[in-house]
Amino acid sequence: MAIISIEGLRKTYKSRRKKAGGTVEAVKSIDLTIQHGEIFGFLGPNGAGKSTTLKMLSTLLAPDGGKATIAGFDLLAHPARVRRQIGYVSQAGGADGAATGREDLMLQARLFGLPPEKARRRVSDLIDALDLGPFVDRFSRTYSGGQRRKLDIALGMVHQPAVLFLDEPTTGLDPLSRAQLWRQIRRLRSEGTTVFLTTHYMDEADALSDRIAIIDKGRIVAEGSPAELKQGISGDILSLTVNHVENAVALSREALRDLEFVREMTVADTGLRLVVTHGGEAIPVVLRRLEGRGIGVADISLSRPSLDDVFLKMTGHSLDESGRCPGAGAKE
Amino acid sequence: MRFLRDFRLLFIRSVKGSLRNPVWLFLGLFQPAVYLLLFAPLLQSLGNVPGFPAGGAYAVFTPGLLVMIALFGTAYAGFGLVDHIRSGVVERLLVTPASRLAILLGYVMRDVVVLLVQSCIIIAIALPMGLSVSLPGLLLTFAMMVLTGTLMASCSYALALVLKREDSLASVINTVATPVLLLSGITLPLTLAPKLIRSIASVNPFAYEVTASRSLFLGNFTDSAITTGVIFLGSLAVLAFVWAARSFRRGTA
Repeated sequence: MAIISIEGLRKTYKSRRKKAGGTVEAVKSIDLTIQHGEIFGFLGPNGAGKSTTLKMLSTLLAPDGGKATIAGFDLLAHPARVRRQIGYVSQAGGADGAATGREDLMLQARLFGLPPEKARRRVSDLIDALDLGPFVDRFSRTYSGGQRRKLDIALGMVHQPAVLFLDEPTTGLDPLSRAQLWRQIRRLRSEGTTVFLTTHYMDEADALSDRIAIIDKGRIVAEGSPAELKQGISGDILSLTVNHVENAVALSREALRDLEFVREMTVADTGLRLVVTHGGEAIPVVLRRLEGRGIGVADISLSRPSLDDVFLKMTGHSLDESGRCPGAGAKE
Repeated sequence: MRFLRDFRLLFIRSVKGSLRNPVWLFLGLFQPAVYLLLFAPLLQSLGNVPGFPAGGAYAVFTPGLLVMIALFGTAYAGFGLVDHIRSGVVERLLVTPASRLAILLGYVMRDVVVLLVQSCIIIAIALPMGLSVSLPGLLLTFAMMVLTGTLMASCSYALALVLKREDSLASVINTVATPVLLLSGITLPLTLAPKLIRSIASVNPFAYEVTASRSLFLGNFTDSAITTGVIFLGSLAVLAFVWAARSFRRGTA
């Protein structure tokens, strides 16, 4: 059963830089269906339009076109009803540093209409469930990154929403807090909550999501379960690093281009990345070719396709590279 | 009622936040207190100069200081909102079913309360120095301060939502507040001013407020500046609140 259906949703921002034509198409007409009770991952580099989409779905930003239904309510016609059904945790979080975690949770519960006694019970259950006990009565400005993130997420789910939107929930977290958060997100799913999260980490999207949509430059370029998406790339990934001599990469490219088992070839800084039919058979042939041209190979490795390879295939550039790009447009 | 409940919850939260960080309350009082202690005594000898209002130095000067706290204190309320925008608090509140107006009013009314507390402290300092004031007049002055606080806090929030940065907010406020303050006749009465400045000041709502408060302090309730000031400030306060509410609705993304 679909809990969120999105049709043709789009958003154009006015740009401050007039040279760029005055507008930025942050989200260009996307269609998506999210099933009840799944963890849906929205994967893409910074600036791809993930946060903008999430803000539209959580009623913070009016779309320029398209429509969406969330938990049975039309987003544009009944934003107030949609708000009762959803929880939203922004990248910045949302905890008030001048309040204690418990006070903030109580406020949130009361604003969602829980009477005082019920709110107190719900908040104390949540504190137990998420292990907030050791720090919840301190001012949240004193929290560590992981503690703060836990509180942010607790704030998003205090009213037991049908859908929880998480914008980059693990950015900036240490590995331990990240693993804890993943466990909590899985637990939410087992309790029947639908989780819609954005991330620019492909391992996160891969490990956590039941289904994924890959977004790049405001457009959805692929959609499916992580396994389905990876199966879309048949063959193995052969990565090689060549010794640093002038033109070595270009020469290797020339040397390998006519091999028939090479399906795709992409050039990286210090080597090449090939999609080949059978990795095991390809390695000796590749090595011989390069040796014949006098190109030294520093490293060669074989791997199964990852979501990054899917991203690369769909967009022509790597998720890592675009994710690293700082740029003025980093704010989504 | 929903609206009242949401407003109460949010107002209490804001007030608690301010009580926990009272340094702002006193920082805003520092400048007016210095004026009161170091500048007001200079006015005492001016009492006989033609054009100087009746009532003595403190009855003339203290009302001006109240306006000064609003212009150089409450006007900076937007700083707190910029912080709340950045830390996601505002977005978090906007995704709850709470009334949007209750959210804004929760912030604004806290600032009004802070302004009233500061005003009381200024009066408390001025009284032993020689201020004599009519009590009903003082209460009416405070009622005007509620309007002034609403006006200044709303403008500050609307600007904060547009600018989203403390530094640009500070420069806009400074640029506007200084001439407005000087044209309110708070340090020296505008009755001493040349005609040109007096006519510019005649469209300054704070000038009416200062004049009206001076009359009210003396127990004179018939001064026409009182009605003009209340109408002027009241309408501007409503306009500013609507402006802030509109910016709030679309400007937080």
